[in-house]
Order: sequence, then structure tokens, then C-alpha cells
Amino acid sequence: MVVFDKPHALNDIPLHYCPGCTHGIVHRLVAEVMDELGIEGRTVGIAPVGCSVMAYNYFNCDMIEAAHGRAPAIATGVKRALPENIVFTYQGDGDLASIGMAETVHAAARNENITVIFINNAIYGMTGGQMAPTSLPGQVTQTSPYGRDVKHCGFPIRVCEMLSTLDGPEYLERVTVNNVKNIRAAKKAIKKAFQNQLDGKGFSLIEVLSTCPTNWGMTPQAALKWVDEKMIPYYPLGVYKDRTAAAEKEEN
Amino acid sequence: MAKCTLTFKTDNCKGCGLCVDVCPKHVLELASDRINKKGHHPVIAAREDDCIGCAFCATMCPDCIIKVEKGE
Repeated sequence: MVVFDKPHALNDIPLHYCPGCTHGIVHRLVAEVMDELGIEGRTVGIAPVGCSVMAYNYFNCDMIEAAHGRAPAIATGVKRALPENIVFTYQGDGDLASIGMAETVHAAARNENITVIFINNAIYGMTGGQMAPTSLPGQVTQTSPYGRDVKHCGFPIRVCEMLSTLDGPEYLERVTVNNVKNIRAAKKAIKKAFQNQLDGKGFSLIEVLSTCPTNWGMTPQAALKWVDEKMIPYYPLGVYKDRTAAAEKEEN
Repeated sequence: MAKCTLTFKTDNCKGCGLCVDVCPKHVLELASDRINKKGHHPVIAAREDDCIGCAFCATMCPDCIIKVEKGE
């Protein structure tokens, strides 16, 4: 009996990510969800700019490469033109929370029926470890060698909390993939986000706290621990908005 | 207990060791005596008889190189 094997929706080629980078885990979870929902043949993924820029090589579904930060705008167009297709974007924090903030906020405000997978690793990975909008106060990066000083760099942006103030989005949840239990919870969240789209409920965003061992300057093991010790206290896990559940609660 | 089989795509392994750490039975090790095509020390099942087929290693593997089979 096969207990575990590579999902069909994930291509059988080596990933280009650094050793221990959790991008690979999230790729696999998305592919597993596609397999389980049986939507691989009608899914269109939108790849971002950033470390996951070559995500179009790894998923077996159709993929489009977006200009930096514009994935939710392209997803809007694809979903409106082809409403029968399932559209998801896969974006990092530099893409979604920095240059693409406007697209993200407005897609959420319009409650576009798309799924957004947001990888938050608190740093710009591909460009070599500069400070991101999500870098923690005091975090050492290439562009903040003495630690992020909030007096002149400002504070990190909590995307889920910010979007939860909008009336638009259907579902917002923050998860992480730093241990087996959290990976299972993350998969459940990603599946719900795709199911919401199948049910026509609207904009779902899953924020995944991820690691960047290379640019954090840590071993993969230490990076997983850093998520627990530093990131989760600043970015608490949980469901930030679930409109359907809230409406059901109000009825009862 | 039914025998478990672990299959690795050894050449895709990056030797990050996340699977080694997560295994509750300490079945896995990084091979210190050889390197794969990428130049990493790949993971090997040093004590496969102890494997209980929980698939924690495969769940944790960022590169999806582990296949876990249980019994016949």
C-alpha cells in the first residue's frame, strides 16, 4: 500500500529552491489539493516574480507568468473570462505585500472569486536577502545590517489582519509549514481556499509563514525554529475572516 | 508489523536533513560517504527495519523525493 507519493499535479523535475526552503512543501500541498479536488485539468495558476518565479515549471496545470506584483489583476482577468476554470496565484511577500499591494487589496475588496497563496518569509529571497515589508523589527538583512529600525524603516505589514478589515474577502487564514502538524493544518486551509472558489464564494487568501534558511543565515532546522520563536509571535496563526461561518453563526 | 519500504529520488535530494530530524524512529541519515549529482550528501534509510510508515519524512521533504509504502 502506498502511504505517500508525489502528487500528480506536481511535475517530476528537481525544484530550484535552496536546500530546506519550504516553498517546495507549499508547492506540494497545492498540487495535492488539486489532485484531491480533481481540478488539475481546468486550473490556471499565476506565477509571481520572486523565488517562485519558475513555479510554472513545477505545476502540471496551465500557468501564466505575471509582471511583478500583478498576479491578482491577471487572475481577475482570467477568472472573469473563464469563470468555469479554477484560478490561483502563488506569491511571495515582495510580490504580494510590496509592489503588488494595490492589486491584492483591490482584488480582495472586489471579492474576486480567486485563491491566493501568499508565502511570507520576512525577507526578499531571490534578490539576495534585502529587507521586505514583512521583515520583523530588529531583523538583520542585507539592507538593515544593524537590524530593522522601525523609526526610519517603519513597521512590518500584517496582511491578513489588514485585509480582514475589508468587507470584501471571503476567507483569510494564516498558517505555517514548520512541522508535520502545521503542514497538515496548512493543507486543510489551502483546500478550503480552493473549495471556496469551486463554491463561488469569492476571494480566499492563505498566508503561509515560510522559511528562507539561506538569507536568514541559518541551517534549515534553525530556520524552522525561528518561525516558532520569532515569526509566530508577530504573525499569529489562525482564521482572520470566514464570512460563511460568520453568517451561519449570526443565523443561529 | 508490516514491512515498510522507502524509495528516494536520490539525485533530487539537497541534503537539508529536515526528514532526518522529523523521523520519530531515527531511520534516516545523510550519507556521509558519498554525494549525489547535485553535490549534496543524500538521505539514506540507514535503519529501514525500524520504519513505521508514518510518512513524516515525506510530509516534511521540500523536494518531494520520498515515496513511502507499507506492507505488500
